[in-house]
Amino acid sequence: MKKTIVLVAALLTALGSITLAQELRDLRGTPPDAPSVVNMSLQWEGREGRMVRNYRQQPPLIPHSITQYQIDLRTNQCLSCHDWTKAGERNAPTLSMTHYLDREGNELDHIAGTRYFCNQCHVPQADTPPLVENVFVPSHGN
Amino acid sequence: MTISESRRTFLKATAAAATASTAGLSLTPGPADAQVGGPDIRWDKAPCRFCGTGCTVLVGTKDGRVVATQGDPQAEVNRGLNCVKGYFLSKIMYGKDRLTQPLLRMRDGEYAKDGDFEPISWDQAFDIMAEKWKETLSSKGPEGVGMFGSGQWTVWEGYAASKLMKAGFRSNNIDPNARHCMASAVMGFMRSFGVDEPMGCYDDLEAADTFVLWGSNMAEMHPILWSRLTDTRLTKKDCQVHVLSTFEHRSFELADNGMVFTPQTDLAILNYIANHIIQTGSVDEEFLSKHVNITKTAQDIGYGLRDEHPLQLAAANPNSGELTPISFNEYAESVKPYTLDYTAELSGVPAEKLEKLAQQYADPDRKVMSLWTMGFNQHTRGSWVNSLMYNVHLLTGKISEPGNSPFSLTGQPSACGTAREVGTFAHRLPADYVVTNPEHRAKAEKIWKLPEGTIPDKVGFHAVQQNRMLNDGVLNAYWVQCNNNMQAAPNMNEEGWPGYRNPDNFVTVSDPYPTVTAMSADLILPTAMWVEKEGCYGNAERRTQMWRQQVHAPGEAKSDLWQLMEFSKRFTVEEAWGEDFVATAPDMAGKTLYDVLFNNGNVDKFPLSEIQHGHPNDDANHFGFYVQKGLFEEYAEFGRGHGHDLAPFERYHEERGLRWPVVDGKETRWRYREGHDPYVEAGSELQFYGFPDKKAKIIFAPYEAPPEVPDEEYDLWFCTGRVLEHWHSGSMTRRVPELHRSFPLAVLYMHPDDVADRDLRHGQEIKIKTRRGEVTSRIMTKGRNKVPRGLVFMPWFDEGQLTNKLTLDATCPLSKQTDFKKCACKVERA
Repeated sequence: MKKTIVLVAALLTALGSITLAQELRDLRGTPPDAPSVVNMSLQWEGREGRMVRNYRQQPPLIPHSITQYQIDLRTNQCLSCHDWTKAGERNAPTLSMTHYLDREGNELDHIAGTRYFCNQCHVPQADTPPLVENVFVPSHGN
Repeated sequence: MTISESRRTFLKATAAAATASTAGLSLTPGPADAQVGGPDIRWDKAPCRFCGTGCTVLVGTKDGRVVATQGDPQAEVNRGLNCVKGYFLSKIMYGKDRLTQPLLRMRDGEYAKDGDFEPISWDQAFDIMAEKWKETLSSKGPEGVGMFGSGQWTVWEGYAASKLMKAGFRSNNIDPNARHCMASAVMGFMRSFGVDEPMGCYDDLEAADTFVLWGSNMAEMHPILWSRLTDTRLTKKDCQVHVLSTFEHRSFELADNGMVFTPQTDLAILNYIANHIIQTGSVDEEFLSKHVNITKTAQDIGYGLRDEHPLQLAAANPNSGELTPISFNEYAESVKPYTLDYTAELSGVPAEKLEKLAQQYADPDRKVMSLWTMGFNQHTRGSWVNSLMYNVHLLTGKISEPGNSPFSLTGQPSACGTAREVGTFAHRLPADYVVTNPEHRAKAEKIWKLPEGTIPDKVGFHAVQQNRMLNDGVLNAYWVQCNNNMQAAPNMNEEGWPGYRNPDNFVTVSDPYPTVTAMSADLILPTAMWVEKEGCYGNAERRTQMWRQQVHAPGEAKSDLWQLMEFSKRFTVEEAWGEDFVATAPDMAGKTLYDVLFNNGNVDKFPLSEIQHGHPNDDANHFGFYVQKGLFEEYAEFGRGHGHDLAPFERYHEERGLRWPVVDGKETRWRYREGHDPYVEAGSELQFYGFPDKKAKIIFAPYEAPPEVPDEEYDLWFCTGRVLEHWHSGSMTRRVPELHRSFPLAVLYMHPDDVADRDLRHGQEIKIKTRRGEVTSRIMTKGRNKVPRGLVFMPWFDEGQLTNKLTLDATCPLSKQTDFKKCACKVERA
């Protein structure tokens, strides 16, 4: 299994360089001095359904819209479903237990201040293809 | 040392603290241990590739590829946390379009400026490049060649580049993209303190009572520091957060006092605070008399535009940074016109909010940390406004102690470590030395074992000037490394693009990916990135951090260091220096630049046997010696005993970084303060030792208007910046699908009433026009930024939109840093 992954990765890399030599292009696709291209609508947050992580340490992506969510000094609406006190009744994933440890490693019953602004790490996903393929290969052995 | 499972088990079994300390790993059991995983993944530390915060991550490698990354629980900066970009670091090297071969514009098998890119060998690449550089050197001399580098270069890459240009080609035409980012901060430090970089450190984020953000959106741009600040605000009694900006952004979510001001009026607000401090009797007079000199700076100094620009011709003292000593009373009179009413009127900020802010600085019982980034630095009065900030802290003595901290944040991962400390600017040498000072040049020539007079005394072309000189055909052989300046530099249409495509010029771009800049070049060199090489970065709190190479670069991609050193082999000193100069140093005759710069007994001093066993080191193996250590130790000689002391090389591979000056093995958290800083003499309490009399400077500067303001035709302020999910020009983050999908295209944030007035709507495709060009985008009236009427904000990460076709190349006349925050635009239906 491991060998297969390595082989596939090597093949992808090799294919990548052949393709590159043949059709070199930037993410823009038109010359820098040509008019700009906006071929997308504002389709934020279109992707739904829980998404598999690439590796265990990756923050989960948000499978729903958060446009109207308020996170500020007064309130954090994410917590109204995802805090450990609410997740069960809301049928939502509970925050990782790491989020209840402060900077010194003390256990807390409420979210750590360092973790308060959820959207520093957790982001929704537009339903749009990648600009260029990414050939990262995760390891599930960890 | 690698955190391999077998090693970890061994260490745990022996439970030897001494061993753990040698290995540089604190093995306190904790949540991290549970996360550091499987036996077949090797975990090792590296600083994050992105911002100047300098978080440490653990990089998981398996079968020669990076398979995961996580926040490093042992790192003081981030304690196991990352932002969303940091968590996706593992993917940045794996965009399918990595460049793996040199590419040259060719037609019929020959180089042609208007040809198409075709793959060539490294030999062929250096052949044509050396040919063009030699042609230029013989026809134009050293002023015809130039290099544009980066705050993302490793320390030794920046050092090798600077040495190659300043001593090798005897040209000071080298500048980093950090010029766009924090040149004004440097100028502020040098003018106020005589030494670059902050006196405080990130520990202030837990120690302060009040935080004030001046033109900094930390919530998006420095998320991990923001998380520390947020924690303090939410857990410390009576802690306050004040946020100033020209529009409302995510940092306002934590603000007790959020203030939106009219662009440029930060100059007036800071003078009002100084006036408030004086009028309320809050000046710390003893501190002031012991530690501070008072001056005023020359006024009406122009806007760093081309000399023939009408605004430059109209200035009374163009580019003058002259300082005149004044008395305290004269200073008090100078700030007196900045009353609360006048400042509230000018800035548009309600008087009660301004007063609340001023009270934080005036109250002797509150520790205040001021934080700023591009809002101050990208400013046509950037050097002034940095010093105005220090004025406020100096008046009250709130400086150089835990929690009292004027703190200039940095954009790039090694803007401090490489661009500033190594001195890759057109006027600088390592450790704050400058090319215009004969003693400093002599010092460099001595350390470098080079003849007297090797380094030229003339300041080279700065970033914006380089594009102008390419455009004018003055700068003809040009090398760009580790940045995306076609996308990043201002006024692309009028300067950058015509400069690169000028048929007189041969432009080489080194990059891992085909960026807009690479595609604008004549020769593209495929480049190794991040953990594909051994590296060293320095973050915004003076913390120097190193990492080992973890994996090999793809195909024929090579590090910037390899490229610089290999290229130096192509020149004899006669070709680079000229026969006349070599005649003054006959022992150098016939040698190559490689011989005299890198084979000099310093750089090649350390054998390959010192490389960490079990890790690749492609650069060292290629050259046959521990090149990174040799370069680092030679470089460190500049700063040791001179206030910039670095620890021995190996120590940095063991630690999660150390904050310089590192004296007797100890780092320094608060400079200038006795008990913290070993350079301060016993009994003196505090010494600003950057100046001979050990005093800092208050520098009065007035409010002056910006060069281009909205008028009838171009009726909106145009402000540019960044978003959390993308790093600068997006060349790495937009190749990570999750980051791309989180912010897939640049948009124009606009006030709903301004949208309605123009008969436009949210989401509509529109044209943004300035006097320099037009760009198509979409209108955004919702989301994270709420702009006031009359101002629009656009991030510049999107290669599809190229925001910098619109910006004006006006700079601070002293720092030469562009003001990317203010020009005039109009918005129309597409």
